[in-house]
Amino acid sequence: MAIGTKKERIDSLAESTADDSGVSLAASAWKRLRRSPVFLFGSFIIIAFIIIAIIAPWIAPHDPSARDLADQVIKARNQIPEPQPGHPLGGDLQGRDFLSRLLVGAQQTLLVGVFATLIGLVGGLALGTLAGAFGGWVDSLVMRIVDVMLSIPQLLLAFGIGALFAKPNLFTVILAVSIVQIPVFARLLRGSMLAQRGSDHVLAATSLGVKPGAIVFRHMLPNSLGPVIVQSTLVLATSIIDAAALSFLGLGNPDDRIPEWGQMLGGAQTVIDTHPQLAFWPAGCIIAIALGFTLVGESLRDALDPKNRR
Amino acid sequence: MALLEVRDLTVEFHRKGEEPFTAVDRVSFDVEPGQTVGLVGESGCGKSVTSLAIMGLLPKRGAKVSGTVNFEGTDLLTLSDKQLRDKRGRDLGMVFQDPLSSLNPVIPIGLQVTEVLERHQGLSRKKAMVEAADLLDKVGIPDPTRRLSEYPHQLSGGMRQRALIAIALACKPRLLIADEPTTALDVTIQAQILALLKGLVQDLGTALVMITHDLGVVAGLCDEVNVLYGGRVVEKAQRHELFAEPRHPYTHGLLASIPRLDAPRGERLNPIRGSVADNIPWDHACAFAPRCPNALDLCREQTPVQEDLGGGRLLRCHNPVQPEVPQEVSA
Repeated sequence: MAIGTKKERIDSLAESTADDSGVSLAASAWKRLRRSPVFLFGSFIIIAFIIIAIIAPWIAPHDPSARDLADQVIKARNQIPEPQPGHPLGGDLQGRDFLSRLLVGAQQTLLVGVFATLIGLVGGLALGTLAGAFGGWVDSLVMRIVDVMLSIPQLLLAFGIGALFAKPNLFTVILAVSIVQIPVFARLLRGSMLAQRGSDHVLAATSLGVKPGAIVFRHMLPNSLGPVIVQSTLVLATSIIDAAALSFLGLGNPDDRIPEWGQMLGGAQTVIDTHPQLAFWPAGCIIAIALGFTLVGESLRDALDPKNRR
Repeated sequence: MALLEVRDLTVEFHRKGEEPFTAVDRVSFDVEPGQTVGLVGESGCGKSVTSLAIMGLLPKRGAKVSGTVNFEGTDLLTLSDKQLRDKRGRDLGMVFQDPLSSLNPVIPIGLQVTEVLERHQGLSRKKAMVEAADLLDKVGIPDPTRRLSEYPHQLSGGMRQRALIAIALACKPRLLIADEPTTALDVTIQAQILALLKGLVQDLGTALVMITHDLGVVAGLCDEVNVLYGGRVVEKAQRHELFAEPRHPYTHGLLASIPRLDAPRGERLNPIRGSVADNIPWDHACAFAPRCPNALDLCREQTPVQEDLGGGRLLRCHNPVQPEVPQEVSA
């Protein structure tokens, strides 16, 4: 019926406009994210790895540090345990079950990625807030330091910092990777803080006699965090890759009883001709998790970008 | 003594490698308690800069402010940052042009009202919330308790401006500066907001400095009007006299350019020729001369001085518009 359809159309129009007017930025971003296949795929990967990392000790078929298959390793002939019943991916050069090491390895990798990003975020927020809030010579000083750090290639800087420590361990890896991320966050936050400084609502707050501390932390900082949140998901991916690279080059945790993908990849170097699967699995895992975080980051950026709104 | 005495307020903007630009040039005016004073002029004449200078909101670097701004006997321009902060929001309030961008988008309206109450009246969050609901109710926001927890984007334009007014008046300041408070609103909402401002200002006994380019706003609200051009006051008069008998060609032009409903159909609008960009410096001429229909050779050679025409009326013009004898203008 003509009248019926027209009425329906108006109703749906009213509904859609009502939806748009009463929805916050976060809610409308979430609405778009839910429909984005890229975001869903990325978060599926991340959630899968997080679950694996959590339940790894229970699902791993063997103790990742026990040399169950040591009798099958013949170092001189580069012979290592082949896949066999009970050990679907075979063993590594020490005769340890490879599947178990791969599963438990997710813990270390995620740990390094998350903590490196958090420390980098905190450091970057502190420096960026300092520069954006004070401006003037404080801003110049902080930004020159940041420029110097940014001028050194990221991975090289991480190696340099990692090599400073005589006895590398998990903490030094996290530190090396996180320091590299600080300038990225600082620069990003400083930029959006400066934009906030000139904004009308900051001027309005100033006109009410609000104290400078409250202006910075209540009015400027929360409004500047959007791009930083997006950046941190992307940084998660790069810190995982950087940490793996450090371990690969032997600047990681030397205690190889605790499995870590980068270090497993490094260990596979000598046998890569004969046993490429030792490199394939950890490398594949690193790529997959980095891809997951990158996909989520990219779709977050699209969803939060006001210019993208329909 | 007047509540606010602005004397020779001058604002110069300095930029590296450029001549300093004088945005406000020796502007003087008084505001009595409870009085509404209008600052009128087109974009770029220095209205907003004047208001920001009074509030001390101009950037320290780049803007040089001189003259005196006496508020209840203290010169605001000599106060320290801290002293000024204590006055802002408590004794001096300001309402801005764009209500959406003047509210913090990530904080609920309630917290933005209580922030100023907590800051200046030392209220606890709980007491401030009760007071805030009361304030929102006073500015005509329906269902204020629910609105307190809403974010600025959830309010309509008119309600946002009402909220901003509530925030500015929260501590019952003695002076309120409204910088084009109705420009971003619909005409119907404009009238409501103006009526609201008028009512509140009367109830609280607050003096109001109304900055606008809209002579309709002036006609409805202001007791005294200062017409600014090129950073200087070119004409100052009581409202009725200004509308009945504009003397400066610029004021005359502004009034003549208002479209009238009773004008015959097909009549063209009467704009003022040119734009602010045509201004010449005041140094040895009248800045308005290039656009002035009454301009004489003298206007391009000599700066007009401010004459006192009596009855609080000031005029800065070599060749003013002569009063037409009997003319009825409803103001």
